[in-house]
Amino acid sequence: MSALSAAATRTRLRVNRGWATTLGVTLGLLALLVALGYGPAMLDLAVWFVEFLLTRPYIILGFAVPIAYGALCGVMNERSGVVNIGIEGMILSSAFTGFLAGTYLHPVIGDVPAALVGVGVAVLTSMILSALHAWLSITVMADQIISGTVINILALGATAYFNQLLISTADVSGAPTLKGLTLPGAIVDIPVLGPLANALFGQGPIQTSLVFGVIFLQLMLFRSRWGLRTRAVGEHPKAADTVGINVIATRYRNVILGGAFAGLAGAYLTLESVGSFQDGMTAGVGFIALAAMIFGRWTPIGALGAALLFGGARTLGQAVQISPPPGEIGTWIAGWPAQIFGMFPYILTIIVLAGVVGRAIPPAADGIPYDKEAGG
Amino acid sequence: MTEAQAPAGGGMSVNPTALLGTGGGRGQRLIGTAIAVVLGLLVGALLILLSSALSKEGFDPFLPITAYGALLEGSLGSMRGIGNTANATTPLILTGLSVAFAFRAGLFNIGAQGQFFVGAFSAAVIGSYVGLPAPLALLFALFMGFLGGAAWGFIPGALKAWRGAHEVVVTIMLNSIAALGLNLLASTIFKDPSASFPRTPDVQPEAILPILIEGTKMHAGIIVALIAAVAVWFLLFKSTLGFEVRTTGANPNAARYAGIRPGLITVLTMCIAGGLAALAGSIEILGITRNYPAEYNSTYGFDGIAVALLGRAHPFGVVGGALLFGILRSGAGAMQRKTDIPIDIIFIVQGAIILFVAAEPFLRRAGRSRRRATPSGAAPAGSAA
Repeated sequence: MSALSAAATRTRLRVNRGWATTLGVTLGLLALLVALGYGPAMLDLAVWFVEFLLTRPYIILGFAVPIAYGALCGVMNERSGVVNIGIEGMILSSAFTGFLAGTYLHPVIGDVPAALVGVGVAVLTSMILSALHAWLSITVMADQIISGTVINILALGATAYFNQLLISTADVSGAPTLKGLTLPGAIVDIPVLGPLANALFGQGPIQTSLVFGVIFLQLMLFRSRWGLRTRAVGEHPKAADTVGINVIATRYRNVILGGAFAGLAGAYLTLESVGSFQDGMTAGVGFIALAAMIFGRWTPIGALGAALLFGGARTLGQAVQISPPPGEIGTWIAGWPAQIFGMFPYILTIIVLAGVVGRAIPPAADGIPYDKEAGG
Repeated sequence: MTEAQAPAGGGMSVNPTALLGTGGGRGQRLIGTAIAVVLGLLVGALLILLSSALSKEGFDPFLPITAYGALLEGSLGSMRGIGNTANATTPLILTGLSVAFAFRAGLFNIGAQGQFFVGAFSAAVIGSYVGLPAPLALLFALFMGFLGGAAWGFIPGALKAWRGAHEVVVTIMLNSIAALGLNLLASTIFKDPSASFPRTPDVQPEAILPILIEGTKMHAGIIVALIAAVAVWFLLFKSTLGFEVRTTGANPNAARYAGIRPGLITVLTMCIAGGLAALAGSIEILGITRNYPAEYNSTYGFDGIAVALLGRAHPFGVVGGALLFGILRSGAGAMQRKTDIPIDIIFIVQGAIILFVAAEPFLRRAGRSRRRATPSGAAPAGSAA
């Protein structure tokens, strides 16, 4: 264990130095801009930016929800030593099956029950796909990247196939969507807190659950016996096995449970946010989730932070076009095409992976099947 | 093997034996692949039966045969069909070679998709902006396409070799960056002002791949792809670089002791892999689409992963795998016209085939233990608690 804690200290030091560098560079740039006479303009921009943050938290959180849930799935997998690049396919499959269940059930059992059953079906779908991934990567010891690729290919084909068969050509009306609490106007009108409460509670149950789910998983992962065992299995399975932890069972359980989060991400897309299904509608959200997991350094809170950052970048991309920031710089930024904001999460992740700003280091046994009989 | 030598970007690294099939000779692997293909087609048949049961025309137990028949008829039944099959096979061969070549060095090139886009864009821009006489224009566009993809492949290779960043994650990110960045370029700087939707200008006639057989759409891309397959085979199995690539893939530490620099090999491999995938994109532009639309949509890069797996990362296996998927792809339209089965069934079949290829070690182990158990008769399957 001493090696583990030493490694942890080393990581923490490196992270701190990375952030210190970032902070230093940022402050230096700001000082330079002020010295060049851009001070007042920067202040105007800052005011605009704060106003942006305060008025649009529900949009930012909305974009962040599927990313964060997908990232939680990734955290559950990779913390126990299984790489999962099939999150994209899982989210897509769940979005479809949840929508399918909601579509066919709502004339029979009513809107709210149908949507809830839809969420259940979505969660179950991703858990089944996760079970397939677990079997391929843990028992068969197939390459985990291939297993994830298989899931992505199958999901894209199967959802498009059944969408055409059961929804687009059938005589059905779409699925109902889940609604959030309607907060009293008095609360929503409170500055700062009102929009925040609206973002948290006013949008829908899956969005509301996210923050609590993240905190719960963070505590479980770092403060519970299950969490310690999970991390041990992901860092050094041989050592974990030696002290009596069942590596195989732990991995299976965590991969399958992690699937539930991908299921929620999918259910959010069709049953809470968009309210319809289109072929390939996830459009890479599962890959951004992977980026958020890495950027958040394989922790639930970090993943949520990264998802909010990525969601914020996307919201910003829309906001600068609707209400351009003030001043010359504002007009310049408003001219940036949406694709620039779209690329932001990916570029940031590569910078972190390259170790330019605090290097991202995955669990040591990530992606390596555990073979009890093999040495080392 | 010491922990310190593992790349910091991830303990995970591709084990080529996991991809090439453990144990068994070449014949056995071929049989295993054939079984996977048959099982994949069976999964497709079951889904077709399901769609038949759901359809208004009533249940038709022979619909799978009708459907697969129509698919074969459409893809191989006429010269026109054969031309389309060749055109669909061409990019699959090249992206398959890209992924397979990287496999051999122990690298997983998920980035074929992005490299394909970069190659397509480079060829589109060079082919439309640079005026050259007939054979040179085409060759230069292909070459620049290759170079663009090699540069795009250089990024994950360099980050892996010198910064320890895992190539899978980096290439996934680069795929999205390529799609978005090229979308941006094709709808701004390189936009054709006369086009009704954002795209690059049409490629000049001198840079277009010639049609091979009159009356079909079959273009010369298939020749480039087959030459590339032979070249990759030669490079891998008959050249020093190929030996170094395979040694690095099998055991980077052993490679280091043998005087090979695994970092350099990693970078070179990713450049070549990137170039191969980009060649597929270039050919697709110079042979089929003729310009790069901002919303360019293609899955050839991802399909390359499936092709490489099916071909067991062997150049000639890749050609076979690409031909199979090319047949499925070019015949799917005819199948849909005749039977109303959505085209997307072929992607399910592709996914299922790869699933069975990936699960093959398990299937083989299961088969072996059953064979061992049956003669003794002591432990029939199912009696275990």
